[in-house]
Amino acid sequence: MSDIHTSPKRSWFARFFLSRYASFEFIIGSFLTVSLVVLVLLSGVLFPGGGTEVNLIARLSEPFQSSDFPLGTDPLGRDILARIVHGGRISLLVGLFSALGAVVVGTVIGLFAGYYRGFLDAFVMRFADVQLALPFILMAITVIAIIGPGIDRIIILMIASQWVQYARLVRGSVLSLREREFVQAARSYGQSNLKIIFSHILPNAMGPLIILLTLNVANNILLESSLTFLGLGADPQTPSWGGMLSEGRSYIQTAWWVTVFPGVAIMLTVLGLNLLGDWLRDEMDPLGQTR
Amino acid sequence: MPILRFILQRGFQAILVTVAVTLFVAFAIRLTGDPAIILAGDSSGVTEDDLVRIREALGLNDPFLVQYFDFIKSLVTFDFGDSFFRGSIKDLISIALPSTLLLATASMVVSIVLSIPLGIYSALHKGGISDQIIRVLSLVGLSFPNFWLGIMLVLLLSITFPIFPASGFSSWSSLALPATTIGIILTATNVRLVRTQMLETLSAQYVMVARAKGLGEWSVVYKHALRNAAISIVTFLGLQFGNLIGGLVIIELVFNWPGMGTLSIEAISQRDYPLLQATVSILAIMIVAVNLAVDLVYGLIDPRIRVT
Repeated sequence: MSDIHTSPKRSWFARFFLSRYASFEFIIGSFLTVSLVVLVLLSGVLFPGGGTEVNLIARLSEPFQSSDFPLGTDPLGRDILARIVHGGRISLLVGLFSALGAVVVGTVIGLFAGYYRGFLDAFVMRFADVQLALPFILMAITVIAIIGPGIDRIIILMIASQWVQYARLVRGSVLSLREREFVQAARSYGQSNLKIIFSHILPNAMGPLIILLTLNVANNILLESSLTFLGLGADPQTPSWGGMLSEGRSYIQTAWWVTVFPGVAIMLTVLGLNLLGDWLRDEMDPLGQTR
Repeated sequence: MPILRFILQRGFQAILVTVAVTLFVAFAIRLTGDPAIILAGDSSGVTEDDLVRIREALGLNDPFLVQYFDFIKSLVTFDFGDSFFRGSIKDLISIALPSTLLLATASMVVSIVLSIPLGIYSALHKGGISDQIIRVLSLVGLSFPNFWLGIMLVLLLSITFPIFPASGFSSWSSLALPATTIGIILTATNVRLVRTQMLETLSAQYVMVARAKGLGEWSVVYKHALRNAAISIVTFLGLQFGNLIGGLVIIELVFNWPGMGTLSIEAISQRDYPLLQATVSILAIMIVAVNLAVDLVYGLIDPRIRVT
């Protein structure tokens, strides 16, 4: 009955896709995410102009009319498709690095807070309360007004405000893990605290972290587009999805395509990551810690 | 006395958070630059003496803590003095705050009306086609920027089919597009929450007992399951409302809504520090207050929460 899953003739790849793991979420989610990553990696080859070539004769060309500009052009006659593909770079860069930074900082602090408790723990929890009370977008606007716009600043701001959620999550896992028998055993035969934290507790706290990371990348791509839309992110010269939306907004009455397509790009990207996150959650977190 | 202890503890925490937030805001705003230079404008006749006099008049020479306590005093008495460029801060806020609260409330209503029936339906037909469709739609709803949805609704319902006004707050119909935008975004989260909570209560033993007694489906679902699910749903909605007050900034900007978000953004672009400090602090304090209220109510209803 079950030989279809174990048939040696099929590759692991085919077996995986036939197994129960390959749900609808996984197939669509990984398709969307992989296509985006491939497009972004190939952006320089596909559109060597970088989406910045101005062509005033062809300004605001309608989409689906010519093969030169399949998705039309913006008010400066720049190719919208090329700008979307190049703009994906910024979204991916910000999404990935902000989430990675936050997960590293938050995990380390959460591990120590949960393991040692005491002052650090109390501080982290109170800090989290403060953070939750701050409207992020307003704070980001205020801080950017001090330090100036730029995607590097946005990444740092995101890490500074989001490490808390990882710290809380990890702390929660550590609180229960540190009482478990395998940790007690490691302690009883004299392993150092650092060794216990990083090689016994951390691996057991990884599952929920990876799920949160996936969803965090998705959310930060959304957040980056909002901040760039407000003019706080990448400079207008560099193609970015939020920037394209803010440029297109004033032409919404006459040229819908300038605003519609970058939004669709954001949606497909974030949807892909959300689907993957959902799939991971179903597979790795049946108890629903990250819900 | 554990109830009293619980209330005092949470109240103390809320005060601590409020102090930290207002301190942070006050400190960050002092870093943005010298208000005296901005107030003096770019008129070339300004001398260093003038700047010194402006700073003196604004109380900028006082130590930071003195300025901070002055601000706390103004928060308590709700008398913020004048903004740099636009007259009394109290007047500005007494227009902006109700607008923001109105928009937030309308959005919550849209979201509740959509998400509770959809979530219940989804839970009752778990695994079916309609459940799958609702699930996918809610994921799609979580996947686009809220301001983009706003722009798309404007494109559809005020440009292509001119039904609703695209911006400003001139009549009640102005509320339609911004409230629908945020309502849809919130629904994406809330449908899932209602569905999960309903699934949980529907599988509880008291629901099985109700079924065993031979009660009708309607009575089982609404009287037994929904009422019990309601506790956590209401808690979540309360916390969501708190976050919403601070999260409306971009939507207010897109729809040119005269709320706290728009006021704050204008204050930032004009470097109007007293106004900015007041708006951001009031928003943060409201979030803290709503969260505290939710916490206390939940704690009073459900004693298990009080432990932590």
